[in-house]
Amino acid sequence: MTCSRRDFLKEAVGGTLATALPLSAFVFLTTDEAKAAIADAKVRWAFLVDTTKCVGCGLCVKACKTENEIPYDAAVTRTWVERYVVTKDGETHIDSPMGGRDGFIDDKIRDEEIDPEDIDKAFFVPKLCNQCDNPACVQVCPVGATYQTDDGIVLIDRDWCIGCGYCIMACPYGVRFFHPVHKVADKCNFCYHRISKGMQPACVECCSFGARRLANLRDPDDPVTKIITTERVAVLKDEYGTKPHVFYIGLDASVR
Amino acid sequence: MTEDLIVHGIEWTVKELFVYPNEYIYWSIQIVMYPYMTGLVAGAFVLSSLYHVFGQKDLKEIAQFSLVFSLALLPVAALPLLLHLQQPTRAMEPLLTPHFTSAIAAFGIVFTTYALIVLSEIWFVYREYFVAQVYALKEKPGLATAMKRTVYRVLTIGAYDVSGEALRVDKKAATVLAAIGIPVACFLHGYAGFIFGSVKANALWMSPLMPVIFIMSAVVSGIALCMLTYIVIMEWQAFWRRRSGGVAEASEIKGAEAEIINTATKYLLGFLVAAISLEMLDLIFRGYTAMKSWDILRSVMYGKDFVNIFVLQYTLGNLVPFILLILPGRTLKRTALALLLVLFGVFMMRWNVVIGGQAFSLSFSGYMHYDIPIIPHSIETFKEGLFGALTVIATPFFLFWIINKFVPSLRRDAKES
Amino acid sequence: MKWHVLRPLGVAIGLIATIFVAREFLVPDDFGVHGQNFTYGYHRLSNIQEWKDFPVKYQGRENCEECHEENLTELNSSSHQNVECENCHGPAVGHPDPNEFLPLDKSRALCLRCHAFLEYPNSDRGKLKSIVDRTHRRRDECVKCHNPHDPRESDE
Repeated sequence: MTCSRRDFLKEAVGGTLATALPLSAFVFLTTDEAKAAIADAKVRWAFLVDTTKCVGCGLCVKACKTENEIPYDAAVTRTWVERYVVTKDGETHIDSPMGGRDGFIDDKIRDEEIDPEDIDKAFFVPKLCNQCDNPACVQVCPVGATYQTDDGIVLIDRDWCIGCGYCIMACPYGVRFFHPVHKVADKCNFCYHRISKGMQPACVECCSFGARRLANLRDPDDPVTKIITTERVAVLKDEYGTKPHVFYIGLDASVR
Repeated sequence: MTEDLIVHGIEWTVKELFVYPNEYIYWSIQIVMYPYMTGLVAGAFVLSSLYHVFGQKDLKEIAQFSLVFSLALLPVAALPLLLHLQQPTRAMEPLLTPHFTSAIAAFGIVFTTYALIVLSEIWFVYREYFVAQVYALKEKPGLATAMKRTVYRVLTIGAYDVSGEALRVDKKAATVLAAIGIPVACFLHGYAGFIFGSVKANALWMSPLMPVIFIMSAVVSGIALCMLTYIVIMEWQAFWRRRSGGVAEASEIKGAEAEIINTATKYLLGFLVAAISLEMLDLIFRGYTAMKSWDILRSVMYGKDFVNIFVLQYTLGNLVPFILLILPGRTLKRTALALLLVLFGVFMMRWNVVIGGQAFSLSFSGYMHYDIPIIPHSIETFKEGLFGALTVIATPFFLFWIINKFVPSLRRDAKES
Repeated sequence: MKWHVLRPLGVAIGLIATIFVAREFLVPDDFGVHGQNFTYGYHRLSNIQEWKDFPVKYQGRENCEECHEENLTELNSSSHQNVECENCHGPAVGHPDPNEFLPLDKSRALCLRCHAFLEYPNSDRGKLKSIVDRTHRRRDECVKCHNPHDPRESDE
């Protein structure tokens, strides 16, 4: 009769689907090749936060905004400090006004007076991008606008990001946001422009109390690396399998 | 407030208790509209395929209509995304550099494939009509007619053979495409559910059931919309014919046909039951396993969003229409009401997933409330506000009106059976 | 065989070919998988250098030492020895050329960041010398009485 339906079906399906796959769009490396690519790297950046030393001055947040050109009065920040006050009734009061940009001067938390006599525990927790080994944010970017460098930093290509916000939704730590001026995704990158020149990130530089420290996990002589590998440290939310690289001293069960 | 300070999301997010500084409701009304519109597309197509592939003769008329309506819905499925993107001029990038580990990257491929299938199927179904129009308009004068004729000529893609054999081949091709289209339509909407279900950071979204729930409710909404639009249009046409009088026979001025409605309703109810069962399963599991997020989820679902979820979605949007459709003595009016409620219910499901998933903070210690912008005072509050949503809802009907001028889908005089 | 059935396929292939052609023009040449696998390494390579070239603002204490040795000597023997110059004086980029003077933050709010009393047992905050804002010379600038480079001295 006519060409068989089977032939037509094969041609139609095969043709459309085969040409629909932009095969030149990507190159696959085997797992071994991928591991080898990173195994050679001389640098793997990590961070150590000592929450016992943090006094909540917020100068790190201010320095970060200045250094990285995040508009000072915009309600987003690449790094922030959280205040935890656990009271005797078992309640945990947490706040981070403007990310701790102006420090913590008031002992009221969201207009609630807390009697110092009622405090069981109180401390500060600085947070920033964890530059994860399995960054969920990179996995979900539809266009390849965010990626991980060989030294472990997750960067965002401002000229390619379409602003869909999937990476922001995918980060379990809430470190990503839309930059109010550039209108693309943004986040802490350990001041990549500084650490690539042998300087410290702005927040590390400005912390007078040594609560924030940068580490190179591939350098056995790095004193901070020694602390991370030989002393008890914790990470945030490891149940998501992201393998975060910001390590904490003095983390508490109440920390979110 | 200068431009610099208006962070995306701050204008419609109200934070309560402790929320991380960078958290806002980033995925707002347009991300609710997007799965809703793609769901309508998928559902309309499945309805059309029930006739073309499975030979449900009763659905022939509505199948024609829902196929063309599916085409009108297609660009509108992409519209919410264009309105949402912070960089809409870069919207083609998922087609240029798709990062396939991302569910959204699948969008470019699946959407394009699906669009090609729908367009091809319509072409095969209407090719004979296009050719007939090219010849019919040949002798007629007037610029508008000449332009219309040119459009038809382009639409034929030069295939003028309308012999019996050629038309049989057309019909076979349409059937094949309708068959291929069903899994593609399911994929189109299943992956939209995967977009949410795979976000492990979001305690409400992360679930393997999400893609399946989305597909089921998508088909429900698609069938409901097509049935409702079909009823409205047919009844309207019958009303006009009766009013203008003329030598119309009783059979010609019939409105919506009962058999079509009954068969379509059966399918609707089937998918509706499937959708509700899965959602119930998800809810029961969450409460039973009581993971770390259960405390805040419970307070959101049973507290703040109780009305949205249990009153608006489950009762008004699912239970009431279900009862209305299975009670004996079903009238056209009652059916139409039930369909409207179903459409509302599916919309609320999208709302409760998208907005509900952002109603609690990643810290599990705070809440975010979505204050949808009503009167826009900037481009952003228009795009991501009520009027942006209304624009998206209105557009498919407008597009359908235009498309229908060239591809009439409400012909009552079927050329071949 | 009725070949007209393949025409829509032809249109489809044409469309997809157009996308491939568009890729040649619109996608930068260095876009691809670099270093790691496709999941984490798919990007435009030149972006890395763009980030490395981002302008540095804070220069660090060593930079100030070149010209302001005296201030640093005073600071280093005081209780503020760990406070960075740029915490109060702002980033030193562009100083002294073209910015002869750096803006100096003398506000009370700056000092209160560390010195507002908060009785928090698990943080070093409790160990800092602090005041209760309300009761200690309210609204006055701290620097009226305290030398920030050697704060124990009070002109009281």
